[in-house]
Amino acid sequence: MKIAKIACATLIAAAFASSPTLAQESATLKKIKDAGSATMGVRESSGGLSFTLGDGKFAGFHVELCERVLADVQKQLGLARVDVKFQPVTSQNRIPLMQNGTIDIECGSTTNNAARQKDVAFAVTTFVEEVRIAVKANSGITSISQLNGKNVATTTGTTSVQLLRKHERANSVDFKEVFGKDHADSFLLLESGRADAFVMDSQILAGLIAKSKNPAEFKVVGEVLNVEPINIMMRKDDPGFKKAVDDSLIKLMKSGEIAKTYDKWFMQPIPPANVRIGLPASDATKTAWANPNDKPAEDYAKK
Amino acid sequence: MRNRSKGKLGTWDWQVFCKDTIEGEVMPRCFGSGGNTTYLDWMLSAWGWTISVALLSLVVALVFGSLMGILRTTPNRGLVLLGNAWTELFRNIPLLVQIVLWYHVLPALVPPLQGLPSFLLVVLALGLFTSARISEQVRAGIQSLAHGQRMAGLALGFTLPQTYRYVLLPMAFRIIIPPLTSESMNIVKNSSVAFAVSIAELTLFAMQAQEETSRGIEIYLAVTGLYFITAFAINRVLHFIEGRVRVPGLIAAGDK
Repeated sequence: MKIAKIACATLIAAAFASSPTLAQESATLKKIKDAGSATMGVRESSGGLSFTLGDGKFAGFHVELCERVLADVQKQLGLARVDVKFQPVTSQNRIPLMQNGTIDIECGSTTNNAARQKDVAFAVTTFVEEVRIAVKANSGITSISQLNGKNVATTTGTTSVQLLRKHERANSVDFKEVFGKDHADSFLLLESGRADAFVMDSQILAGLIAKSKNPAEFKVVGEVLNVEPINIMMRKDDPGFKKAVDDSLIKLMKSGEIAKTYDKWFMQPIPPANVRIGLPASDATKTAWANPNDKPAEDYAKK
Repeated sequence: MRNRSKGKLGTWDWQVFCKDTIEGEVMPRCFGSGGNTTYLDWMLSAWGWTISVALLSLVVALVFGSLMGILRTTPNRGLVLLGNAWTELFRNIPLLVQIVLWYHVLPALVPPLQGLPSFLLVVLALGLFTSARISEQVRAGIQSLAHGQRMAGLALGFTLPQTYRYVLLPMAFRIIIPPLTSESMNIVKNSSVAFAVSIAELTLFAMQAQEETSRGIEIYLAVTGLYFITAFAINRVLHFIEGRVRVPGLIAAGDK
């Protein structure tokens, strides 16, 4: 009996001693260390946050932040190199792929909300999305209150559809909703006059306008309809990895480096078409950088 | 990887259909009241849209498909050419592309089309697409009849339209009921492309509701079930018609 206890204790001690300090606490860090690589979940087309350059290459604000985070992780683990593999994900499969270990860190455009926090963990907020309205510049529309009875476009499969429904109910207005099958399609509805307004994340609206034939023809107007924190996503219950990611991001926030990175992706021309999205960091985004936190969208709505 | 996540994906949550679409509260009787709608209400209304698109498109397809199929078997070369051109035009362009052409391209070229509701455009698009396939079946049905039938009709003093009406078509349509059944079931399934032009039918419901509720598996299973029921109901109706109009001894019309 006693011998068994001692043997057991020795085994545990040996297990601890053989792994470096951080890997004890974190399955993800251990996995990265063992494999010498990390898999990053990325999006094909999420505006300036995460997008493909073709040929299996991906770039964007969140992709660059994740690359910097993984470089820090590599230093922390004392590895000579960590290969970063890209795995494109969609809004439907990103959470299951995170849970089953296909991806280790997701760097796209995932809204941090209370429901998802039950399934996954989020890093400190790096971007705060504001939902607004794009209209034709000559339409004279400046507020959502002018859209009663008008055709309002949004994209199927996005939270904006539900947001419009809530707004209609709360303010007793009636929109004629037109659903585009993707963002480009919704923008075409606005461009062709089938819709008078397009309600969507301002980051996406700014990107679509920048890429359109005649950007001066459109503008983003009106009040902010909704605010949502968009975060880098990780597996739940892995405090070691979350700390490593958060520490690395907070360092970028404190040094002001994150603002420079933001500027690179949202204010400068970006590949592949070399157009400028032209969306300065919102006050909400700057507040999140000044006070790093991982509060869910519900906390923003209360304000 | 983890047992917890495996368990999570394996647990059903059918209550999602009883949730209100605004606040996400579970409604006591699963149907909304006083202006509230639940996901179940929404799904049933989406089913209604799917059925409306499918049935109206089927009417358009049968009318134009029969007409074009008949034209292709007439002795007049101009009419044959018209029928052939129609069939090839609508069957050589992918359905989704045709929908987009009707919705975005044609209204840009022909401004009056802009006023048409997208429901009407999608019924036309799906109906005309399917009419090409039905035209092919009608042609095959007529051509499968012995040439003497036509000759006999004309020899009896029938005009050409009368020969079609009283001699050729009654037999041809009986022969092609089985492929027409498939085509009618296809139109239900193809109606899912209507989501692309903002018709709130089942596919659009599924895409949107799974995003809002994060219960994609339950939503897609329910929608799959409704598509199956609809297509199978059409199958049964046409099977019944096939049995009722059967003429004993008629070629290929199922002798017993």
